[in-house]
Amino acid sequence: MAEALINHIDPGAIALGVEASDREAVIRLLAEKLRRDGYVKDSFADAVVAREASMPTGLPLGRAVNVAVPHTDPEHVLKPGIALATLARPVAFANMEDPDEAVDVGLIFLMALNDKDRQIEMLQQIMETIQSEAAIDGLMRAETVEDVVSVLR
Amino acid sequence: MSIKKRVLFACGTGIATSTVVSNAVVEAMKERGISIDARQCKATEVRSEMGGMDLIVSTTQLPSDLPVPSIVTLAFLTGMGKADVLDKIEAALRA
Repeated sequence: MAEALINHIDPGAIALGVEASDREAVIRLLAEKLRRDGYVKDSFADAVVAREASMPTGLPLGRAVNVAVPHTDPEHVLKPGIALATLARPVAFANMEDPDEAVDVGLIFLMALNDKDRQIEMLQQIMETIQSEAAIDGLMRAETVEDVVSVLR
Repeated sequence: MSIKKRVLFACGTGIATSTVVSNAVVEAMKERGISIDARQCKATEVRSEMGGMDLIVSTTQLPSDLPVPSIVTLAFLTGMGKADVLDKIEAALRA
C-alpha cells in the first residue's frame, strides 16, 4: 500500500495563496520553512536557486496552472521532506525539458531528497498527484492545511 | 524470449526524476518482453556514464552529439504522451 503524499509533506511547510514576485522568491520562502524544521542545511536555498537556473524543473501540464518540482543535490539535505506552495498568481519557471521555454507555474513542490531508495515512493506520489486534474484543482482551491490534507490523503 | 538491454536514465541530480522514469520504463518494457539493466546519472555526467549503453532516457537537455541514441521526455512525470514515448523507447531498444 502506497504511503499517501501528505505523509511526506511537513504541515509547517505548506504555504497557500502565496503572492510571489518570481520563482526565486517562492523557492526561498519554502526553503526557509524546510530549514527551520530541520530538513535541510543553510546552503539548501542557494543551491536550489542555482540549480533551477541551470537545470530547471518546470513541468508543463498543458494547463493554466502548471507545476514545478525544485530540488538539489543530497549534500544540502538532512532528511527527506516536501514543502508545498500554491500561488495567487503564477510565476515563470523554465521547462525541465527545454530551458529556453517558460512555464507558468502555480503549484510548487520543493523536495528535500537525500536517499534514492527511500524517495521512490515520495516522487511517484508527487507525479501521480500532478497527473490528476482533480488533485491539482483541489490543491489550488485549498485555503487551509486541512484542505490540503483532504486532497492528498 | 525476452531481450536484455542497458539503459542510462538521466536527470538534473541523478536521484530525483530519473528514478521515477527508470521505474516506469523498466516496468513497461518488462511487459513488452524487454528486460532492462538500468543505471542513473546526472545529465552532466552522461558522457562519462554512457559506455555500453543501448539508450539514454533523460528528463532534461542532453549534449547534442552523443554517440548513443537518446530520448528526452517528461511523459513519465506529466502523464502526457506516455504511450507514444513507450513505443519510441521500445523501437529504439529493438533497433
